[in-house]
Amino acid sequence: MRGVSIIGIGQTEVREHWERSLRGLAVASITAALDDAGIDRADALYVGNMLSGELTGQEHLATLIADFAGLRGIEALKVEAACGSGGAAVRMGYLAVASGLHDLVIVTGVEKMTDCENGLVTEALAMAADGDYEAMQGLSFVALNALLMRRYMHECRVSHEDFAGFSINAHRNAARNPYAMFHRPVTREEFTSARMISDPINLLDSSPIGDGAATVILCPEEKAQRFCPVPVAIIASATATDTIALHDRDDPLTLQAAHEAAQKAYAQAGVGPEDIEIFELHDAFTIMAALSLEACGFADKGRGVELAKDGEISLEGKIPISTMGGLKGRGHPIGATGVYQIVELVQQLRGEADANQVECDLGMAQSIGGTGATAITHILKGPN
Amino acid sequence: MSLARHWRLQDERYKLIGRECAACGQKLFPSRDICPYCGSRDLEPYRFAGAGEIYSYSTIYQPPAGYEGFVPYTVALIRLDEGPLITAQLTDVDSEGVEIGQRVEMVTRRLREYGPEGLIVYGYKFRPLLKG
Repeated sequence: MRGVSIIGIGQTEVREHWERSLRGLAVASITAALDDAGIDRADALYVGNMLSGELTGQEHLATLIADFAGLRGIEALKVEAACGSGGAAVRMGYLAVASGLHDLVIVTGVEKMTDCENGLVTEALAMAADGDYEAMQGLSFVALNALLMRRYMHECRVSHEDFAGFSINAHRNAARNPYAMFHRPVTREEFTSARMISDPINLLDSSPIGDGAATVILCPEEKAQRFCPVPVAIIASATATDTIALHDRDDPLTLQAAHEAAQKAYAQAGVGPEDIEIFELHDAFTIMAALSLEACGFADKGRGVELAKDGEISLEGKIPISTMGGLKGRGHPIGATGVYQIVELVQQLRGEADANQVECDLGMAQSIGGTGATAITHILKGPN
Repeated sequence: MSLARHWRLQDERYKLIGRECAACGQKLFPSRDICPYCGSRDLEPYRFAGAGEIYSYSTIYQPPAGYEGFVPYTVALIRLDEGPLITAQLTDVDSEGVEIGQRVEMVTRRLREYGPEGLIVYGYKFRPLLKG
């Protein structure tokens, strides 16, 4: 196995892109990344996407995108792991380069969610859960996370308002990221009075529906300097799974897959959570942010919420999260998100994060599928 | 929508029939072919009694397509007395009258319809035990 580096990044803004199509978004992010790397051709393309079939009537997506991105003929495959599809695509790209089989790999995450009305999107998102035994009972994906949040509040004796810091932090950072979906900070008052979706989860606990695409270009570490003066190394890549359904978990409040993927990644990189300076976690909902921090060793069980209350998750805090807005503020185009996380870590590690810059050399990204059923963790090291 | 899919799930949906592992004794719902605890393939049908208590619950205001007619409705994770958790809607209940730890029992109710002329799917829901 050889080292893998990121030599180019590209992203579209996350929006309701009425004028842009699924393929158009993907191609735009690829073009931007190819320009950033100074190349126009690659050996392979891996596309992370969850709902192209269900929401846009299009499968066979990677081949379509290779065709339209000027990459006809190359290896092109779609990768799916529900909301973790982007992380899964990064994982496949990493394996392709680390194994020695490919030298230049494009990893793209793309999702087009806004062509369908809300009820259909809600139904589609529940495909991340167990169709016969969770979704069929009438549960939305939000409801599954709400079951977790309510149980957490009961066991850990915290209130809904104790989660406010996750939302406020995400929106504060998103406001200064031009690619983010939301550009207005959010107040505690707004958080506590927002419209209920599936109680106790309200609108400001939940990441939004939107469209977007993000791309990274990977090459072997030994060749990175040819393409990029500030290559970022992927020093760990690990995946783990748990039961798909919440009801089959040993302890629903422990994200076991996230824990195992993080442990494997820490071991590969020879570091611990105390060494991680920035964490792009999967804050699809405020409860997921709290549970992710606990699973990855940044807080003891039941105490993830305290990091938000004490401000430790802010850019100035001990463990900055959602530094460019996270899923909550930058947005969560489902299959693209895992690649946005990597793009944003690269921006941070290169020193290109402008108003949201964190002084850092070691960052971690974790992309989660379903209610914690799949977890894909990457640790990145800056060029210094 | 798929008649065959729902027909296959009748034993589980109407009778709460899961599996008992002959090797390690774990009770499993829903049914599986391989015991997730010990890996045995020796699994026998097992009918759950339908009694349990609420582990967590949530009232839904934004439903997935097909469930609009029920809004607002309350869903729950229920710990069956035999051990497994099950995901189901609560029924015959006021969303304000629900508590973690509350005792509930299984009933058979309509889960959804597929359009005005489509299949009607029935299955398990849970209601609070009536106080004696």
